[in-house]
Amino acid sequence: MAKVLMKGNEAVGAAAIEAGCRFFFGYPITPQNEIPEYMSRELPKVGGMFVQAESEIAAINMVYGAAGAGARVMTSSSSPGISLKQEGISYLAGAELPCVIVNMMRGGPGLGGIQPSQTDYFQATRGGGNGDYRVLVLAPSDVQELVDLVIEGFDLADEYRNPVMILGDGMIGQMMEPVEFKEREKRELPPKDWATTGTNGKRKPNIINSLYLNAEDLEKHNTYLQNKYNKMREKEVRVESYNVEDADVVISAYGTTARIAKTAISKLEKEGYKVGLIRPISLFPYPYDEFNKIKDDCKGVLTVEMNTGQMLDDVRIALNGRVPTYFYGRTGGMVPTPEEIVNKVKEIYGGAK
Amino acid sequence: MEERIIIAGFGGQGVMAMGQLITYSGMIEGKKVSWLPSYGPEMRGGTANCNVIISTEPVGSPVVVEASTAIVLNKPSLDKFESAVVPGGKLFINSSLIDRKSTRDDIDVYYVPATEIANELGNPRVANMVMLGAYLEVSNTVEVESILEAFGKVFGESKAHLLPLNKEALEKGMETVKQVQTDTV
Amino acid sequence: MAIAFEKTRGLTDIPTHYCPGCTHGIIHRLVAESMEELGVLDKAIGVAPVGCSVLAYKYFNCDMHEAAHGRAPAVATGIKRVHPDNFVFTYQGDGDLASIGTAEIVHAAHRGEKISTIFVNNAIYGMTGGQMAPTTLVGQKATTAPYGRDEALAGKPIRMSEMLATIDGAKFVERVTVTTPAHIRKAKKAIKECFKVQIEGKGFGIVEVLSTCPTNWGLTPVEALRWLEKNMIPYYPLGNFKKPEEGK
Repeated sequence: MAKVLMKGNEAVGAAAIEAGCRFFFGYPITPQNEIPEYMSRELPKVGGMFVQAESEIAAINMVYGAAGAGARVMTSSSSPGISLKQEGISYLAGAELPCVIVNMMRGGPGLGGIQPSQTDYFQATRGGGNGDYRVLVLAPSDVQELVDLVIEGFDLADEYRNPVMILGDGMIGQMMEPVEFKEREKRELPPKDWATTGTNGKRKPNIINSLYLNAEDLEKHNTYLQNKYNKMREKEVRVESYNVEDADVVISAYGTTARIAKTAISKLEKEGYKVGLIRPISLFPYPYDEFNKIKDDCKGVLTVEMNTGQMLDDVRIALNGRVPTYFYGRTGGMVPTPEEIVNKVKEIYGGAK
Repeated sequence: MEERIIIAGFGGQGVMAMGQLITYSGMIEGKKVSWLPSYGPEMRGGTANCNVIISTEPVGSPVVVEASTAIVLNKPSLDKFESAVVPGGKLFINSSLIDRKSTRDDIDVYYVPATEIANELGNPRVANMVMLGAYLEVSNTVEVESILEAFGKVFGESKAHLLPLNKEALEKGMETVKQVQTDTV
Repeated sequence: MAIAFEKTRGLTDIPTHYCPGCTHGIIHRLVAESMEELGVLDKAIGVAPVGCSVLAYKYFNCDMHEAAHGRAPAVATGIKRVHPDNFVFTYQGDGDLASIGTAEIVHAAHRGEKISTIFVNNAIYGMTGGQMAPTTLVGQKATTAPYGRDEALAGKPIRMSEMLATIDGAKFVERVTVTTPAHIRKAKKAIKECFKVQIEGKGFGIVEVLSTCPTNWGLTPVEALRWLEKNMIPYYPLGNFKKPEEGK
């Protein structure tokens, strides 16, 4: 198929429909409104259903209903709205329901602002709601990758019976880039024989549930969930890295910040600096092992985020004190410039190349 | 090659669409492109701007801080983005609505009476296309044919009947800039 | 020998956890019998709430979801939109529906979701230990209203049926109780009528069932029934508030 120029948010909608998503439940919030707008326009054309819920809480619970009923379903929001959805996300994780949740992050805390941020990293990667659970978190860096990850996200959700979160920000949601919907391999997915479709008198009732009043049973359920998350850790780590083994300084950044880091790296290379990049694409599971490739005498790993240092914790866990860590972040919707990153890297070099 | 453009004006002046036309054209010509809008709580009347990057290399940051070109359609936009143009860069000013001159002497400045020309063509809304024509004539970032091809993609089938008028505006802009260029630079 | 009574296929054989004298058991039976008699049991998908009937998913013999507190109507919306030809119902208490879930029930009704809601109102939070509900009567004691509900502090109890009846999308609204065999028969009739509204695709329906909580009210089961009749019915009048006109 030919390339088309699409806004990130619209590309999310197009990708979801391409992936077979036919149900969308949402609530307006800037900067992701083009997603529900797109879905309300396009879903009816393919026999799908868009419902504008009365709140984010209702929307995620509609997702819970639709996912339990066996549908491919999506919701989207931005930071304050994602906070409201956390109750439902916890239930989805507990009841093992597949769905895709898109968070186009904006600045916080509270109402914050509407400009891009990455301040929900902790919330996304540590579960977000109550209980010991994880959602699979994918962080696209450009609109094409956004499309690819949304499509793959639906498969991953079905494969693991787990919510998948696409963690973008206002910038990737609002920007336009060329995208191509490529032919892709059909993945072998388990049948949804657990879904509530009515028994038709032919089987025992299916029950969608996250309640285990017996402590032993709940522990068993938790152990089972953890095993599933461990399987994700084994099989679903996604990372892009560049020149990691050789670098004097390695930048670690994800999403739109990573592309800014790439601009900084090419500027630095022209000046003779040896700078690598680790760009986690899956934030849970996190590509901890990738950091083992960094040489022991690396001057430092610079984490760049649009927050005050959240992924930094994972970088430190990965390095375990082996290499110094540094951080550069902007917040409130301020986007780091390549020049700021360049200066920070030079600071780490301490003047000598 | 990397062209980094800021296009700014009042909401409703068509600055977003201008940016999209250039971006789409770049894509048609096989270049790496990105388009990033400003977005704010105001729906109408505020200032709007977009950042466009057309490059032979993959686009890193889509944010244009140091612009190779700025196209400004109103005075607040000139005030805001005049300093963003890198030395040796280009600044296109809609002189119909902006009554001051640029204070920069290290860049090429083009004064285009775009709104007046659009009014002469019978539709003030095509002032953006006049500015775009002027820009294309000077910069050659993308071909006019690509812009015409992109028109249908950006505006949709329902606006196809407006193509001739927009094409005329584009051509007027190209002609005009040849004049002003010799007058002012 | 002729069979005089048989347990409905709509209930499983699992013994319920409800307190002695609680009327949830009767209401469960009426719902299950109604589904079976209307021939929708095998395509039914129910949504259980949080509260005393949190385990209802074990007792109804059909596909079930257990929802978060108050969210059953939203969950049911998701299910019904995916399976418009299935029969979808929620079973909710007064803390669930009239307090934390007011937005969800009001908007499900407002959208005219073709679902049916059984709303069990016992004027108290039962499972958590007798706290004040929005439906607790003025003067009624609760563990978070030890001096009795004070209107100045907590307002008057909320009348959900009256409120929901004002919404266009709600096509069937009736309040019943189950304190006597006659009331139980009327309750079943209302539940079946309500379910038919969904089956016939007419819109949202709700049956509010005034129910007892002998444990938290501190009364014997029989005293509780009489207390309900004496105190709740005057404030929560029984009757139909809305039904589709004949032939429509």
